[in-house]
Amino acid sequence: MRAVIAEDSVLLRIGVVKVLEMAGFEVAAEVGDAETLLAAVDEHRPDIAVVDVRMPPGFTDEGVRAALVIRRQWPDTAVLLLSQYVEERYAADLLAANTTGIGYLLKQRVADVEEFADALRRVAAGGTALDPQVVSQLLVRRHSDPLDRLTPREREVLELMAGGRSNAGIAGQLVVSESAVAKHINSIFAKLDLPKADADHRRVLAVLRFLGVA
Amino acid sequence: MPITARLRGVVLRPFQGAGRPVAFIATGVLIQLVVLLVMALPWMLFVPVSMAAVLLAVLVPLAAVVLSGPLLTVAQHDRFHARLGVDIPSPYSGRRPPLHKWLRSPQGRRQLMYHLLDGPLLALASAFVLLTWAAAVTAASVYVWLWLVPLDWRVDHPGYTTWAAYVTAAGIALLYAASWLSGALARLDTRAATVLLGPSREEQLARRVEALAESRAGLVDAADAERRRIERDLHDGAQQRLVSLAVNLGLAKATLGDLPENARRVIDEAHREAKEAIEELSSLVRGLHPAVLEDRGLDAALSGLAARAPIPVRVKADLPSRPSPTIEAVAYFVVSEALTNVVKHAEASGAEVTLERFGPTLLVVVSDDGVGGADPTRGTGLAGLAKRVASVDGTLSVTSPVGGPTVLTVELPCAP
Repeated sequence: MRAVIAEDSVLLRIGVVKVLEMAGFEVAAEVGDAETLLAAVDEHRPDIAVVDVRMPPGFTDEGVRAALVIRRQWPDTAVLLLSQYVEERYAADLLAANTTGIGYLLKQRVADVEEFADALRRVAAGGTALDPQVVSQLLVRRHSDPLDRLTPREREVLELMAGGRSNAGIAGQLVVSESAVAKHINSIFAKLDLPKADADHRRVLAVLRFLGVA
Repeated sequence: MPITARLRGVVLRPFQGAGRPVAFIATGVLIQLVVLLVMALPWMLFVPVSMAAVLLAVLVPLAAVVLSGPLLTVAQHDRFHARLGVDIPSPYSGRRPPLHKWLRSPQGRRQLMYHLLDGPLLALASAFVLLTWAAAVTAASVYVWLWLVPLDWRVDHPGYTTWAAYVTAAGIALLYAASWLSGALARLDTRAATVLLGPSREEQLARRVEALAESRAGLVDAADAERRRIERDLHDGAQQRLVSLAVNLGLAKATLGDLPENARRVIDEAHREAKEAIEELSSLVRGLHPAVLEDRGLDAALSGLAARAPIPVRVKADLPSRPSPTIEAVAYFVVSEALTNVVKHAEASGAEVTLERFGPTLLVVVSDDGVGGADPTRGTGLAGLAKRVASVDGTLSVTSPVGGPTVLTVELPCAP
């Protein structure tokens, strides 16, 4: 598994490289802006590109735009975006374009090394990783009645699910058994009139579609 | 010596600084002489006989003087500045209006009053004072002039020296009088010109208010820019370092498998502390000026706020265009504080945030279904909000009957 990283803050770049190496990735290139990133992806064709949203020269959403280009031109390269804050519309833009091989996390999640490494592997394998905060912001946007019918626990499960977790991952996070998670999920699907699906990213797709994003 | 010095002081004091008023009133006379010349010009060229010709000979030069009013005002301002060092403030806020507007403006009327009435009268008095100076100097120095009188006249008039002594004494007295009169005239003229050639009291106050409003807006903007700068510095510096520290601790935790139990505990503790510090710093920065506000505007920043609130918050923000950064910051601050209050005091099950734009007004409404009874006069939260809203000329109102619901309404001015 090979990776390219685009991040203008040197300190954070070093940290992310370390975590990538720990997670078993080989770092092919480290760059500091969007233009060089596209060139590097073109040259190395990595499995994953870890990209900062705010990069020179404009320090606005260069990373998001670069991510869309990468997913369109080199579909085999997954993209994990890192951001100082989460903006649900970026997530919407990204997921509207494609729902596989996309991750969008807050920068500080890198510090939770093991979970971050999980997210890296999941995204590189074609899955999805959304920051819990993105999910809760999507819920704020969504003025729908069925959501109000969910219990707080089901809401938590839905948020984790939308973040791209597997049943086992959710169970680990909430410290409950997997069968309890499965029960919650069935109840959520029932309340939201969603067809039951197997693969992680299809569940995410279903949730996001329901949230009016994809 | 000190006695003579003191004596000299007493004798000469009235004349100290008398030069400036004298030069000042002399210039005043000169200006009025020019005006007089303009008025007299037709009479010097021909003698009008018919009534119409007389009217023409009076009215045409008068019109010329009236139309050159603004020029005369400039000349008078210069005279006060150059001769007395008195700066009369400009009667206009900004640039001088065009002539037809100037004639109808209150400032223009006041200036004409000076040029056609006060000015000439004062100049007449000034001419009289200048003549007094001349007479006083001549009389005081009468002994010098006596040398010029033929010797046989002096022989024919014995006792002329006694007479000359009286004249000298009178001259010296007149010198003192003239000196005092010059000063008094200059003061009188200054008073008249300040009232008639400068701004009136209302205009001065209006101008002051304008200047204050401008400087306050500048201050508010500067404070806001400063908050943004601090946000950027914190993010680029301390926050990055903390994240990097937390990453390293996390790596240590993940890779050092064979650590003794207590060392592992210490690393765990440090890792958690670092992550908490990042969270704390993030929320501090958000309270200052969140980056998302600058990048993506109010709508995005508010949904972030709503998502972090422990109760469900609905956000409705449809703004056709982004308000100014300062107004955005105030609106964000209002919602942020209001939601904090709701969570702290209202015991609400949900809240709603609505932003709408009505022409030049941005309306921010935060409502909750809590217990109500919020009092803007008590507690620092609402008072601080009201102050920050007032700093941009906004208004804040709260309706919060006991039993709820509480509705906080803020109107902020923003250029359409």
